[in-house]
Amino acid sequence: MADPMRIRATAAGDSTEVKVLMSHEMETGQRKDAQGKVVPAWFIQSVTATCNGRTVLSAQWGTAVAKNPFLAFRFKGGAKGERVQITWADNRGDTRTDEAVIS
Amino acid sequence: MPATKFQGSARAAFGFAVVAAIAMSVAHGQVSTVDEIARYRAALQDGNPAELWEARGENLWKSPRGPKNVSFAACDLGQGPGVVKGAYAQLPRYFADADRVMDLETRLVYCMVTQQGYTQPDAMKGPFGGPGNKSDIEALVAYVTSQSRGVKMNVPLAHPKEKEAFALGEKMFVYRGGTHDFSCATCHAEDGKRIRLQDLPNLMTVAGAQKAYTTWPAYRVSQGELRTFQWRLNDCFRQQRFPELIFTSDASIALTMYLARNANGAAFDAPAIKR
Repeated sequence: MADPMRIRATAAGDSTEVKVLMSHEMETGQRKDAQGKVVPAWFIQSVTATCNGRTVLSAQWGTAVAKNPFLAFRFKGGAKGERVQITWADNRGDTRTDEAVIS
Repeated sequence: MPATKFQGSARAAFGFAVVAAIAMSVAHGQVSTVDEIARYRAALQDGNPAELWEARGENLWKSPRGPKNVSFAACDLGQGPGVVKGAYAQLPRYFADADRVMDLETRLVYCMVTQQGYTQPDAMKGPFGGPGNKSDIEALVAYVTSQSRGVKMNVPLAHPKEKEAFALGEKMFVYRGGTHDFSCATCHAEDGKRIRLQDLPNLMTVAGAQKAYTTWPAYRVSQGELRTFQWRLNDCFRQQRFPELIFTSDASIALTMYLARNANGAAFDAPAIKR
């Protein structure tokens, strides 16, 4: 199972700033191992962020995103004490959801 | 005549300006490379993936593990059983229960063997991680070191065995050997040395040792891994074409002792991020 994400969410005026660190290998499928075999692609394909059930960000990712990705974004709304939930799913069908309270 | 004189001096002044401009741009080029690397690090500091290792390490530290199914709660890193806060800033040090000077990694292995029931080879497995092969030791080191952030380095040198380790470490630092007749001091005893773009710290000065020692472990962006100071030592040995530095060996601890002690007085500031 994948390691937990680190999520920080802070309210600033009428918007909320979210910073997420994800633990993922993000293999491009271009690398070869010591035996010369291609290391199969393994990457996060979709990322969704919700706040109180409202989707505030939805993204499709590819192999160009770095290992252990860092995602920062802002969305309108969100108040202190509310929860931001982040979900990612990768091309192997693995998925992980974590949440943080807006401070 | 006066006009000619004026032209001449103007040309000279112009020539001087060009020379000065070239000299300045060369100096500027050197400074800005260093500055740009610093700027790059600062930009990445927010959202340092080392936090992922810290989180995993905290979980490993607090959960029951090993054949005896106990956590590190009774593991004494020098500040009392289970105390992590500020522990790394005072390591390596002499531990009476083991009758040996130990660095953090050695102490973790010691606790895994004596308290958690691991065998010595099992406890020493995988000191360094790689793709698809995560190291528990590195994660634990990330967590323990993160609990010393901001704490002043204060490595003791009171016990005879601590003095012995320090002296041995110093000797190793300047000892030349291997196929390239290298010593640590070959690269790390002079200001302004570098390998390609990477500035090398002068570890024989207090400032150099402080800056180097207090910024490991670090997330290496180019490797996508968190690397510990232990890894740095091992990789320096590899680059010198020395025999592999044996994990938890007296030699490894002595060299760590020498460099950690030289960093005394500086606030610890890691896990950091490096190129």
